[in-house]
Amino acid sequence: MIVNEQVAVDHGLKKDEYTKICELLKRAPNITELGIFSAMWNEHCSYKSSRLHLKKLPTKGKKVIQGPGENAGVIDIEDNDAIVFKIESHNHPSFIEPYQGAATGVGGIMRDVFTMGARPIANLNSIHFGSPQHKKTKNLLRGVVHGIGGYGNCMGVPTIAGQTSFDSSYNGNILVNAMTLGLVKKDKIFYSKAAGLNKPVIYVGSKTGRDGIHGASMASASFDEKIEEKKPTVQVGDPFTEKLLLEACLELMAGDSIIAIQDMGAAGLTSSSIEMASKGNLGIEINLNKVPCREAKMTPYEIMLSESQERMLIVLENGKEEQAKKIFDKWNLDFAVIGKTTNSKKIQLYFDEKKVADILVKTLVENSPMYDRKWKKTKLPKKNKIKKEDIKHLKIIDVLKKILGNPNVCSKEWIWQQYDQTVMGDTIQKPGGDAGVVRVHGTEKAVAASVDSSAVYCWSHPLTGGKQVVCESFRNLISVGARPIAITNCLNFGSPENEENMGEFVECVQGISEASEYLKFPVVSGNVSFYNQTKDQGIKPTPAIGGVGLIKDYKNMITMDFKEVDNLVLVIGKTEGHIDQSLFARNILDEKNGPPPEVNLFNEKNNGETLLKLIDNNLIKSAHDVSLGGIITAVAKMCIKGKMGINIKKPKYLINEIEYFFAEDQGRYIIEINKKDFKKVSDILHKNAVHFDELGTINENELYINDKTKVTIDDLSTSNKSWLTNYMSK
Amino acid sequence: MKSSVITFPGSNCDRDMDVALKKFGFKNKMVWHADAELPKSDLVVLPGGFSYGDYLRCGSMASKSKIMHSVINFANSGGMVMGICNGFQILVETGLVPGVLLRNKYLEFICKNVFVKINDKKNRYFKNFDNEVLEFHIAHNEGNYFCTNNQLKEIEDNNQIAINYCDENGKIEDQFNPNGSIKNIAGIFNKEKNVLGMMPHPERMIDKSLSGEDGSLFFKNLINNLK
Repeated sequence: MIVNEQVAVDHGLKKDEYTKICELLKRAPNITELGIFSAMWNEHCSYKSSRLHLKKLPTKGKKVIQGPGENAGVIDIEDNDAIVFKIESHNHPSFIEPYQGAATGVGGIMRDVFTMGARPIANLNSIHFGSPQHKKTKNLLRGVVHGIGGYGNCMGVPTIAGQTSFDSSYNGNILVNAMTLGLVKKDKIFYSKAAGLNKPVIYVGSKTGRDGIHGASMASASFDEKIEEKKPTVQVGDPFTEKLLLEACLELMAGDSIIAIQDMGAAGLTSSSIEMASKGNLGIEINLNKVPCREAKMTPYEIMLSESQERMLIVLENGKEEQAKKIFDKWNLDFAVIGKTTNSKKIQLYFDEKKVADILVKTLVENSPMYDRKWKKTKLPKKNKIKKEDIKHLKIIDVLKKILGNPNVCSKEWIWQQYDQTVMGDTIQKPGGDAGVVRVHGTEKAVAASVDSSAVYCWSHPLTGGKQVVCESFRNLISVGARPIAITNCLNFGSPENEENMGEFVECVQGISEASEYLKFPVVSGNVSFYNQTKDQGIKPTPAIGGVGLIKDYKNMITMDFKEVDNLVLVIGKTEGHIDQSLFARNILDEKNGPPPEVNLFNEKNNGETLLKLIDNNLIKSAHDVSLGGIITAVAKMCIKGKMGINIKKPKYLINEIEYFFAEDQGRYIIEINKKDFKKVSDILHKNAVHFDELGTINENELYINDKTKVTIDDLSTSNKSWLTNYMSK
Repeated sequence: MKSSVITFPGSNCDRDMDVALKKFGFKNKMVWHADAELPKSDLVVLPGGFSYGDYLRCGSMASKSKIMHSVINFANSGGMVMGICNGFQILVETGLVPGVLLRNKYLEFICKNVFVKINDKKNRYFKNFDNEVLEFHIAHNEGNYFCTNNQLKEIEDNNQIAINYCDENGKIEDQFNPNGSIKNIAGIFNKEKNVLGMMPHPERMIDKSLSGEDGSLFFKNLINNLK
């Protein structure tokens, strides 16, 4: 096939990018080389629109062992233990083929983690769908949930937390972000940097097929009406093979034969070999005839661009081939020496004894395009004034029930029940709490993780929204008694070529940077997903933040269910009555304008750290952060979980009841304490200048408000639990 | 007491079972599926997971593993063999226990706590148990027990039903059946009651920080019965 500008454009490259390729090579590329360039230079692999801005993220800290740039980030959790974790998107494939798209997303992120030598110990996910009324939503939700479960359950890794939302902006572009945590000994972490000359390059895992060719390019483009035709670009997952690959890799890693290891994810053999060579400043020579293939007559182009799953590339020490092969034979996996490291600093490919590609690694990586895209700043919207007549007919209990049954607040039990949450025998907090918690096997320690996003806030004011998501992650970890350590981010946005979408990206990243810097909650890994867009319509900006924290003694973990009648309930943090962009404003008043709640980083940090002090002093019986739906929604969820009620008295604030109960001001928590501890608790709160309200006392089974209105907890529980089950069974 | 846990390709509850057995006093050995001989054991456990990816039919390929010849001989000579979840599916495929396990009635994987009622205590698994009802944990996609009417009659006549899904008071009704199993069956024995297959995972409920502690009761009782 003759390569020209049009062929390059068909591969998703821009005309000037093609010109640059020809200049760098000092000739036109052949078709295999063009395929390699298109795979390496697309948005998904090159981060060409985002690189400039991602540099702003704080990535260092005392506990950070490895920041962005490796397969996943690594943090120190003491005693020579480390946690490897990352979140990644699989949005485009999941819309085209929800089961396989979601399944391979989960498979891919687990591979990133065990590539570094860590055994995966927990999975999380953040999934976002279009309006429940949209004709595709139900099937997409079902397919994605089956896919996530199908892969994670088979791997034997518990799914411990997640987030699901519905918004019409995802009608044509759903989001599927998968996160994995792995456990590794600090001195047994594996990296992707190749080193040494003439070292064997080994291919292990599944055979290479024709599936997923151009997957990364597909994920770097907007959708149009012909999207269904892209089904063949979605990979097909085989969790059984991945389980074998996991065990085989960990067995090989127990020895000392691996120099570098890299999984074949997006852009398959191309990106994995180039990444290893680039990091080691070496060349790699591969004989493509040696690559195990699933189908006959695969061309070099197809072999290099296949995104078949469950494959790894390893650079071994010389002479260790036999020993390594034995392990992979035992697990019935392919093992092939396909090439070697060289000093050419080039990627050189051979097929049928002919050279089919010869490219300096540098031209593919360092010379890849980087764009400073135009972007537009979002002004802070003007505040709305709530009119008395709009709310005077509203009854708090009725509104509460509506909110508890809102698709974005309601119980997601229908989803979690399809995930194995308890395999590995260390899950001590399952989905449905503020964060999932797993014990570090055989120790007193536990690791907490949560995943959060607030697309509505980010859409209204990206800078504030970006900050808010990081704070929410911080709060969720603290609510279970964990000390927040670091985050991973999955940045889901529309087209970077659109100034508004690009502006949302730039300002969300700015917000994330500010908050993570201030809270000492650095970003150690992540991924960017642009072009979540159908024709001209982009999604609401949806950065998802995965936070990880440590609980030193798992017996001190906190849960959100109310524990004991007569205990006192307090609200930590000041309620200003911010209603704009709240669930109440958007769904009850149908008011979609106005700014999101302000984020005060000092208060966030101070309130959170003070709560940790209370927890360290064993003064907290239950805790829950206040988010969507405000104080009353948070309290109702604690009632439902604990099967207990509460007598609430609104404190004598200037704001009205509606504002007090439904406002979404930040930096707040609900806590339950024993009456006899009130003095100790209030002393600590006062001493740290933390505002708090006395909200009420726990009772057996009813929620009372100001002694006037009441509702049974069973009634609230039904409102909370029925929506999703009913929706899915229709 | 000596126990052996078999690891098949795709087993993923083998470690959890090893941890549980050791916690309650068993000297446990992990045994690879391709081995020919079982170590000397008082109890053999086929653990949960997705042996061979559940491809073809859950448990079918594992049931033909090399080690299974020894396991079947061991069972036929009266040895105690327990299959949990995928292990139950494997037992069904070997024919050591009657019936089949179909996909869950609502075609979805289910992971949650359930209650089960002990149906028969005249066996070495449940003998001397104080409780009638246990809170156990299930996590499976194919736990919908099914058999022919003739088989069912035989199972009932021989008192081969081990546990049934029920509510916390031991009431066995359709609404407490999580997967559509015939007669709410959660676990069954072979005729001689030395082989037990059940869907629930007692190894996931062995300390109070986990989903519950009734698994501890099960293992404590089991090792005492075997002594």
